[in-house]
Amino acid sequence: MNKSLKISTILSIFAVLLILAGSVLGEKYLDAFQIRLLNMWCIYAIMVVSFNLVYGFTGQFSLAHAGLAAIGAYTVSLLTMAPDNKQLSFFITPPIWPISVVQWPLLPSLILGGLLAAFVGYLIGAPALRLHGDYLLIVTFGFSEIIRLLLTNMPSVCNGAIGLKGIPGYANLTWMVSSLIVCIFVTKRLIDSSYGRALKCIREDEIAAEAVGVNLFRHKMLALVVSSFFVGIAGGLFSNILGTIDPNTFRPYLTYAVVTMAVLGGVRSLTGGVIAAAIYTAMSEVLRGIEAPRLFFNLQFDGLPGLRTLAFAIMLLLLILFARGGLMGSKEFSWGGVISFFQERFNRRKQEDKP
Amino acid sequence: MDISQILQYLINGVALGSLYALIAIGYTIIYGVVGLINMAHGDFFMVAAFLTMWGVLQYNLPWYVAFAIAAIITVLLGLLVEKVAYKPLREQKTSSFIGAISVSFLIQNFFVVVFTSRSKPFPHPAILDQVLNFGKVALPVVNIAIVLVSAILFLALFYIITKTKMGRAMRAISKDLEASQLMGVDPNKIIAFAFILSTSFAAIGAFMYCSKFPYVDPFTGVVPGLKAFIGAVMGGIGSIPGAMVGGFLLGLGEIMLVAFFPELTSFRDIFAYVILILFLLFRPGGIFNVKVREEKV
Repeated sequence: MNKSLKISTILSIFAVLLILAGSVLGEKYLDAFQIRLLNMWCIYAIMVVSFNLVYGFTGQFSLAHAGLAAIGAYTVSLLTMAPDNKQLSFFITPPIWPISVVQWPLLPSLILGGLLAAFVGYLIGAPALRLHGDYLLIVTFGFSEIIRLLLTNMPSVCNGAIGLKGIPGYANLTWMVSSLIVCIFVTKRLIDSSYGRALKCIREDEIAAEAVGVNLFRHKMLALVVSSFFVGIAGGLFSNILGTIDPNTFRPYLTYAVVTMAVLGGVRSLTGGVIAAAIYTAMSEVLRGIEAPRLFFNLQFDGLPGLRTLAFAIMLLLLILFARGGLMGSKEFSWGGVISFFQERFNRRKQEDKP
Repeated sequence: MDISQILQYLINGVALGSLYALIAIGYTIIYGVVGLINMAHGDFFMVAAFLTMWGVLQYNLPWYVAFAIAAIITVLLGLLVEKVAYKPLREQKTSSFIGAISVSFLIQNFFVVVFTSRSKPFPHPAILDQVLNFGKVALPVVNIAIVLVSAILFLALFYIITKTKMGRAMRAISKDLEASQLMGVDPNKIIAFAFILSTSFAAIGAFMYCSKFPYVDPFTGVVPGLKAFIGAVMGGIGSIPGAMVGGFLLGLGEIMLVAFFPELTSFRDIFAYVILILFLLFRPGGIFNVKVREEKV
């Protein structure tokens, strides 16, 4: 047991190094479109993994993702934009003092963005996590919308409905990939720890969990705050590849997209979340091609706007009706699994060879 | 601010409140019977308004014929959605909520794909555009119509709920599903009836709403749907008088906020959400303090 654990650790470290090296090479040799797709994949994957931590593993259906991502995105953009650039962006209401002069590098702004999102997550959770079921999801949804509406109504802090333009794109593929790896690592460690077992216990039966001495509120809050931190970071990275953001970027539709991906991959599986994020990103690009207007044999084809959302809505409905477990159910990727998979095949071939 | 201005705001507030109340009824009927937050209610509302508009503009039907057809289609759509999407998920709380959201996006985007998202004028009887003047106070006919129609519908609903067999069965189901089944109530029939009631209220509400704010696009239902939902929660979701009072107070309060604090106009949506959250936190039973349903996880 101990030996196999060690082997899998070595394999994981090796794989992580390989992926990081791949991301550095990819940054050099892939074209802009492919890099953009990979970036989107990483960001969506972070969002889905953090959603799964709260819904899939703790059983708390929180709809605050879009608002929390907005907090991260605005923090990172405001901190990294050059002061001159801000003066250009804020042409109606000048920015207030600290925002007008600061300019930070990416890493501290990302961390601050994550911490602020985690703090807001705490503020949302403090009242909301005492509620159950329908009430919890309505309250978190309401908070998410309040954040968006506040951003629209605070012109001197975040330029109101106009949004921010010219956000520097410091974050390259390596940034995205390493953030995703950190996110998966922390989430996985949390789930496998004694805290994680308490979280799963809460998901299965709150009353039983309370009876065996699990502090419900503290554990739910832990999951929500950790998840909010990563959603904030995902939002910050998102602003970096978009270049422009405004409050409407963070409509409830963003949360809905994350829910779609989570259900597609299986809400109880981190691996499933990462795979589903890849499928969603790819499908989204393919459908964008179909819905765009273009010339077809000299005929103006108007395209079908809305087709993408329609397709995802139908997909989610079918999933929730017929395949609630998603692609992976609650299965996870593990080295032991890979090894035994190959061993089985090998053995089968041996047996087939025998007669 | 003089008395005539206050009266003017009151007139607008009462009309908006009645509209919200009319739509909020739809949420509360479904929640009372099935325990589901029907996020697609705003989209049933939109379907009724949109198809009425389409019938008049595309096929030159008179507005009442177009509206009748649109309302029938909306009711059938509601029944179809209930059968296909909600019924299999009745036992699962969060799954049924996810199902309801996806139905909502499905309907919206189906209309975007088929009819485009361009917003079009809503055809309504010309008499509703007239305005009666009493001194400085203007009383639009459409507001009178809204209040009258809502009052009649509320009375009709009270009659159905309290006096008819169907209504009694509905109340029985919302109190205790299993016991009412033992008494010979068929829940599927009653739930279908609840959806018929809810979607017809959505259709009539849509006609009145779009006569007052006469533009329709596939996203028309989102904002009134959300506001009415907040109203239903304020009154105590699941309670019919609660939805009426809650929706009414929310509409009235929104107009009064704008009247007395004009500088807060852009904050009116935040105000609605803050009210929603405060109610859920401190008085989840709403104004009427409805008993919170037992959770089925």
